[in-house]
Amino acid sequence: MSDVFIALQDTDEARPIIEAILADNPKARLTHSPAMVKIDVPQRLVIRRRSIEEITGLPFDLQRIHVSLISLSGHIEEDDDEFVLSWKR
Amino acid sequence: MDTRLEKKKLSLRERYHLMTRGLGWEPTYQPADKVFPFTTYEGIKIHDWDKFEDPFRLTMDAYWKYQGEKEKKLYAVIDAFAQNNGFLNISDARYLNAIKIFIQGVTPLEYYAHRGFAFAGRHFRGEGLRVACQMQSLDELRHTQTEIHAISPYNRFFNGFHHPRHWFDRMWYLSVPKSFFEDANTGGPFEFLTAISFSFEYVLTNLLFLPFMSGAAYNGDLSTVTFGFSAQSDESRHMTLGIECIKFMLEQDEANVPIVQHWIDKWFWRGYRVLTLVGMMMDYMLPKRVMSWREAWEIYGEQNGGALFNDLARYGIREPAGFRDAIDGKDHISHQAWLTFYTYNPLAAFHTWVPTDAELDWLSAKYPESFDKYYRPRLLYLREQEKAGKPVANKNLPLLCNVCQIPMFFTEPGNPRMICYRESVYEGERYHFCSDHCKAIFDHEPEKYVQSWLPVQQILQGNCFKPGTDPTAPGFDPVAAVLDYYELNVGRDNFWYEGSEDQRNFAAWRAAAQNN
Ligand SMILES: [Fe+2]
Ligand SMILES: [Fe+2]
Repeated sequence: MSDVFIALQDTDEARPIIEAILADNPKARLTHSPAMVKIDVPQRLVIRRRSIEEITGLPFDLQRIHVSLISLSGHIEEDDDEFVLSWKR
Repeated sequence: MDTRLEKKKLSLRERYHLMTRGLGWEPTYQPADKVFPFTTYEGIKIHDWDKFEDPFRLTMDAYWKYQGEKEKKLYAVIDAFAQNNGFLNISDARYLNAIKIFIQGVTPLEYYAHRGFAFAGRHFRGEGLRVACQMQSLDELRHTQTEIHAISPYNRFFNGFHHPRHWFDRMWYLSVPKSFFEDANTGGPFEFLTAISFSFEYVLTNLLFLPFMSGAAYNGDLSTVTFGFSAQSDESRHMTLGIECIKFMLEQDEANVPIVQHWIDKWFWRGYRVLTLVGMMMDYMLPKRVMSWREAWEIYGEQNGGALFNDLARYGIREPAGFRDAIDGKDHISHQAWLTFYTYNPLAAFHTWVPTDAELDWLSAKYPESFDKYYRPRLLYLREQEKAGKPVANKNLPLLCNVCQIPMFFTEPGNPRMICYRESVYEGERYHFCSDHCKAIFDHEPEKYVQSWLPVQQILQGNCFKPGTDPTAPGFDPVAAVLDYYELNVGRDNFWYEGSEDQRNFAAWRAAAQNN
């Protein structure tokens, strides 16, 4: 089973996104490098808008991920509530 | 003010459709195939252009908004870095030689990418694809500009930063990235997208922008890491364009599969060869290292690339022809490149050196199969000669691979004691290659690659001297004449780090920063 990954900047703005990913993807593995974090998940990774909003208490537009995003792998499915990376479609 | 009822917000999907579809129109003054003359000659068959959809569903208004935010953040950092003499806080001035390679060899590629995507955006049909290409074209121009801005503060203090645009078109080692991108930009729009968005951006740029930029942060270069990650955040959109375009071609017509496979084979190998420079930067040029080239290759090349090719197998795509040989090279290419640059350092606009003992031990630990056996003894010999005041300089111009334009220093897969030579004869002329894969690229399109501007051949033909140079004059020094043509600041830009002006200055400034 292949992993998908997302890499985000290690910044204040990215922190709730990282927290939400770890909460919503129990198989997520996080690697810290200087200035960045990389999160690998087998097969499928989901980012949920609601989870981020619950952490910050503020409305969040998923397209804001672009500001913190460094890189990713897999096919993308995005709508207003979820951003999904996966290998099987 | 009149009170209006808040309309229900459109969904991302609806917004994307409203703001991309319908932006194009069927031409009536001219037939469509005259307006879009490049969409068919490569043999790719497209039945429904509207099937291409950007999965990010980014529309122009959102694009401007987020790009604007990224720029503001980036320029705040660049400003603060310059204002606070950030260059004094880098780990060591040796580090900056990697940044010299970056501004000399990578930044001009950003500009080529800007042009390439402007071309693709103009010549594709289908608004989804055109809008995505147009955004990428703007991104790439932004990368060119931000890299120049972020790196230019170094030019005030260090050598090797002052003339990158001039060097890009002349300097021997810069013909490697230059010819790579010119090869892509002279392909049709589909080959261009496969070359750059798919093979380069999706499969390979992670190797440049993740471990290397994280390395920049580790070495205290706030300016570079910030532009690096700011650029890479656009890159994830570009990669997505790459993978979507590959799927789009493969899904549109089965006849596209072999054409796409050939491009994947070709462009994987072309990109992999260019990344030799990155391997060398990671293993040798970062005083503080995040990971080795081999480790980065295993994560991003083997695992991530492998996952992708597994996934594409359902379309009948197999892993690139050179994939196994690339894996074989992971223990060797960074060392072979560094040794070559070291011995040609009198001709290069950055410095090289022999690693410290601690760095040699790091390399031994990271390369247990190869480093002590093949490379440490050679580096120790170079150190000895340097200490004795006679650093090893190679005065012979090297044989270059006619495709990747890298000097022929790569070894045979499975035999690191044997240089790999391949050749083809075309119209009575013999052409040389570093590998089976560069040879295969040539053999497929010899009419294209016989036109390669090979720096060594150009020097020998007398095309790399300033006008008015007389090679028949008594005492003519061809090397000095070539360096003059390069407009290299001899004695400051080139030669080894040990004893360089950069080394002396940095030590003096550091000392001054700690005392009154
Ligand atoms: Fe770029
Ligand atoms: Fe080659």
